[in-house]
Amino acid sequence: MPNMSLAKNPMPSQDPQVRNKNFDEVALGYTKEQAIDEAQRCLNCKNPFCMKGCPVMVHIPEFIAQIAAGNFEEAYQIIAKTSALPAVCGRVCPQESQCEKYCVRGIKGEPVGIGRLERFVADWHNDNNKELPEKPESNGHKVAVVGSGPAGLTCAGDLARLGYEVTVFEALHLAGGVLVYGIPEFRLPKAIVQKEVEGLKALGVTIATDTVIGRTITIDELQDEYGFEAVFIGSGAGLPMFMDIPGINYRGVYSANEFLTRINLMKAYLPESDTPIQRPRTVAVVGGGNVAMDAARCAKRLGAEVYIVYRRGMEELPARKEEVEHAEEEGIIFKTLHNPVEIFADENDDVNRVRCIRMELGEPDASGRRRPIEIPGSEFDIDVDCVIMALGTSPNPLIKDTTKGLEFNRKGCIVVNEDGLTSREGVYAGGDAVTGAATVILAMGAGKTAAKAIDEAIRARA
Amino acid sequence: MFRIVRKEALQPAVTLYEIEAPLIAKKAQPGQFIILRVDENGERIPITIHDYDIEKGTVTIIVQTIGATTAKLAMLNQGDCLQDFVGPLGKATETEGRKKVAVVGGGVGCAIAYPVLKKFHDDGAEVHAIIGFRSKELLILEEEFRAASDVLVVCTDDGSYGRKGLVTEALKELIDAGNKYDEVFAIGPMVMMKFVSKTTEPYGIPTTVSMSPIMIDGTGMCGGCRLSVGGETKFACVDGPDFDGHKVDWNIAVKRNQMYSEFEKHKYEETCNLLKKEAQ
Repeated sequence: MPNMSLAKNPMPSQDPQVRNKNFDEVALGYTKEQAIDEAQRCLNCKNPFCMKGCPVMVHIPEFIAQIAAGNFEEAYQIIAKTSALPAVCGRVCPQESQCEKYCVRGIKGEPVGIGRLERFVADWHNDNNKELPEKPESNGHKVAVVGSGPAGLTCAGDLARLGYEVTVFEALHLAGGVLVYGIPEFRLPKAIVQKEVEGLKALGVTIATDTVIGRTITIDELQDEYGFEAVFIGSGAGLPMFMDIPGINYRGVYSANEFLTRINLMKAYLPESDTPIQRPRTVAVVGGGNVAMDAARCAKRLGAEVYIVYRRGMEELPARKEEVEHAEEEGIIFKTLHNPVEIFADENDDVNRVRCIRMELGEPDASGRRRPIEIPGSEFDIDVDCVIMALGTSPNPLIKDTTKGLEFNRKGCIVVNEDGLTSREGVYAGGDAVTGAATVILAMGAGKTAAKAIDEAIRARA
Repeated sequence: MFRIVRKEALQPAVTLYEIEAPLIAKKAQPGQFIILRVDENGERIPITIHDYDIEKGTVTIIVQTIGATTAKLAMLNQGDCLQDFVGPLGKATETEGRKKVAVVGGGVGCAIAYPVLKKFHDDGAEVHAIIGFRSKELLILEEEFRAASDVLVVCTDDGSYGRKGLVTEALKELIDAGNKYDEVFAIGPMVMMKFVSKTTEPYGIPTTVSMSPIMIDGTGMCGGCRLSVGGETKFACVDGPDFDGHKVDWNIAVKRNQMYSEFEKHKYEETCNLLKKEAQ
């Protein structure tokens, strides 16, 4: 008999007033009992709509049925068949707009907590099954993966399991891409990413850090000199955008990328780190996406009072609802329907004020969202000593500038067909480098698609 | 790993490191830089490449000990490895087609000025070099500069070697003496590059400066190295490091570079104390 409770089992979490002063993980994860109880809410639908919402087609009712029966390792193995990074996805996937959106239990009441169950299962596996996967027998074919973010890691994992000799090239000193430089420790502990990377290494994947494709080695050299039969580009969208307003280069104005990288990758909040970071008193984070929430919550943890300045309303915030709620609970102040027009600084060029203008919403624009319009004469100043720009990112031009014959669209994104194949033979791409800034799971889906296409193409030739 | 195959003290506080990095050596060109990290907790710092040897597979950098990271670096010996060494980053300096140039180097910036100067020289230009140091104790590469330039002026701030005074005065004298330069190339402390640019501006001599602002990744990701150049925001790591010295907003650039000076001072003292303790 299913559990007919209308509400999800709530996620045990650190108290907001405690967690906003530390970098430990906010959500603590279900206990065994909570997981089984939540799993029993699943109706095990014959026609599982939830799976249609999953970019990597996890067999959702199957793994949940195993949890309900207390078979956690079996549940893990079901997820692992289609998802390379369950512990990551269970934490950072926007389930409310994917699998859980289609859950029939959500019609009346809350959907099954699919993400929370996925996380439980992945953590259970990591805690109880220390064995690393075995390296499959090599098929002798070499594939290069550019970038070690979610797209690259997924593509590398899928190919390695098929026996390919995969090398992943990473520009930074640590593998994980946005999972290590962007998403903060309190949302995604770095030990989890590390564990996933170790798993790939056990499969025989070589991770070449400190290697910038486009500088240290070009795509052409990977194919012609290094003998890689296929190349997958998963280089992400790392180039930050800044507003074109006066004062943008004053000291204390950061891109969210820089602020987050200093904290997450370089661990600037720890005393032993040699990397500096400003310890601001009051911060304005400009933008309303997940990255803005991450930057705001990091700034809060450094001890600052934090404003989110966003030009549309609360309803229009592009961030996940859960992230917005967490930010609000932690004391982040939302200045929605506001937009910065100028940043001011003292005689040392240190930021001391940001001038904002109030906005109202007009008719829907091309994106379907109501267009924000300035209210004339409504400017006012907020005293801040730090402004963080979280306005989005675009693909890095390094590969574009150094690779001939690769087609890009006008936004600088790589053009691919449905298999992830680019305009160049043997060169595939996926993730944010193709779509512009999107989600971890979409990037993983693209990595998966390309891995399949690469395997088929190489086998067809052999 | 990136092994130090040669370490040589050029002056008490200025050290040359030849690092095993075959992939970078193969690609490096004058004007480009690398980013290094000394140890696991280390920060990422950009250092412009001094020299490279494709056959040996090595890249050479010259570093002045000025802060925590450079102090930690100085503690490493021949045979030790750096945690990270990545590059070559940035665009190479354009040296072709010049008939007569002046290269101005300041302090440890001369380590970077030299390969650029040599490239101008090898490409057939008449090269005048002006190199400046605080004092004789910091003088480096004098013989190398002399061998690759047609005119060499060495300046020290305190007059302990060469002529006493600033590089800008020497540059102005050479210009006023009727030397027609196609380009002036300046590498050194930001303040020096600023005043070299101010010196050449009234004469309308194209002036290129090599910027080394604070940066993290060096690939265009953080935007920390951004500069205002001709009213546009540019990233030194991918758009540079070379820029038109007459278009750089120097006030912002100089101040941005000092953003963490308090932290850096503190960290340097902390590191020095730690290193002293370890030595005892």
